[in-house]
Amino acid sequence: MGNFIITQILGMQWLNQLVYNLLKLLFGETFATGNWGSSLQFFIFDFIKIGILLCFLIFLVSYIQSYFPPERTKKILSKYKGVGANTLGALMGTITPFCSCSSIPLFIGFTRAGLSSGVTFSFLISSPLVDLGAFVLLTSIFGIKIALAYVVVGLVLAVIGGTIIEKTGLGKHVEPFVLDGENIDIDFIKLNQKERLSYAKEQMIFTYKKVFLYILIGVGIGSIIHNAIPQSFIESVLGSNNPFSVLFAVIAGAPMYADIFGAIPVAEALFLKNAGLGTILAFMMAVTTISIPSFIMLKKVVKTKLLMAFGSIVIIGIIIIGYTFNLIEYLFI
Amino acid sequence: MNIKALGGCCTRSTQNFLNIQEAVKKMDLDIEVEQVSDTNEIMMYGVMSTPGLVINGKAVASGRLLSVEDAMALITRHKD
Repeated sequence: MGNFIITQILGMQWLNQLVYNLLKLLFGETFATGNWGSSLQFFIFDFIKIGILLCFLIFLVSYIQSYFPPERTKKILSKYKGVGANTLGALMGTITPFCSCSSIPLFIGFTRAGLSSGVTFSFLISSPLVDLGAFVLLTSIFGIKIALAYVVVGLVLAVIGGTIIEKTGLGKHVEPFVLDGENIDIDFIKLNQKERLSYAKEQMIFTYKKVFLYILIGVGIGSIIHNAIPQSFIESVLGSNNPFSVLFAVIAGAPMYADIFGAIPVAEALFLKNAGLGTILAFMMAVTTISIPSFIMLKKVVKTKLLMAFGSIVIIGIIIIGYTFNLIEYLFI
Repeated sequence: MNIKALGGCCTRSTQNFLNIQEAVKKMDLDIEVEQVSDTNEIMMYGVMSTPGLVINGKAVASGRLLSVEDAMALITRHKD
């Protein structure tokens, strides 16, 4: 039963079969089973599957998120201290609605509310890295074990990263204007059910439009990898036996700016071609957490020293995660 | 009555501002809606996520794009 849910409902294997049959009907069996046919099949299937899952998930997640606007998260977090607070910060990061556009006010708001730099950075690391939608999508492609592993190590990275930034005192290097202002708490704006549903719907449409291009590019790259690039090449460059595979993945993924939903199809194609599991996780994490646009944003509120420290800690953390998972890969596959 | 649309950095905030303007027009109110894009000023209202709506100095919506109907309902509710 669990298997049925994962392969047919979340994995939509029936759709994959349908796309194949359709291609066979239209272009004949030789084409459908050939290289171009299966590339096309991967492209159509993945694009539709990710689209459907994404819309459904964003709607559900946004509905839950409507109970945790950042203004409320800030209030909740300001009641806790220490590593517990970092953990909570990382967890709240997974459910608080977040776009790169709101990272600056969020950073300023958290800091002015007296939240420690550790909590703020745990939040900032986990927010793009881990969310409920990504978890379900990962389950559909890689199975529940790998999806859980991704979420757990993502949260651990966020907690440890935040803790290091705080304990080393690096977290103090913020621009002076960030501290120069008072904390303003507003009464939590209560929404009724109709408003929550309309918020969820609007959020769904907005997110889909926003990530549409990323999915298209991601699935496109995925289908090229799927067929045009030989498995032996992927294995030798990104397989777990190549000691540099994780470094390659992080260096290639870090400057890229894409949503987790764009990174997943590429990861999926690499996974099917036997790239190392750790290498794939490292690639997804590097793409989502580190990007040039988000650094430019953060530069407005933190000094270069802190920005560099933040980047290095996250990169080193991702590399460690990558190598660890390549070593213990056999436990998951 | 004083109405401010918070947020100016993304297309969503601009759409929010236009929808609020449309709502005011539909309700036959003679009010100039002001768009606030300065982060510090937005934060003075205690709002951390845009788009938002402020009526008579009080934040009544944050982090969601209001439709014309949403905006009309909020203006009616917070008129006084």
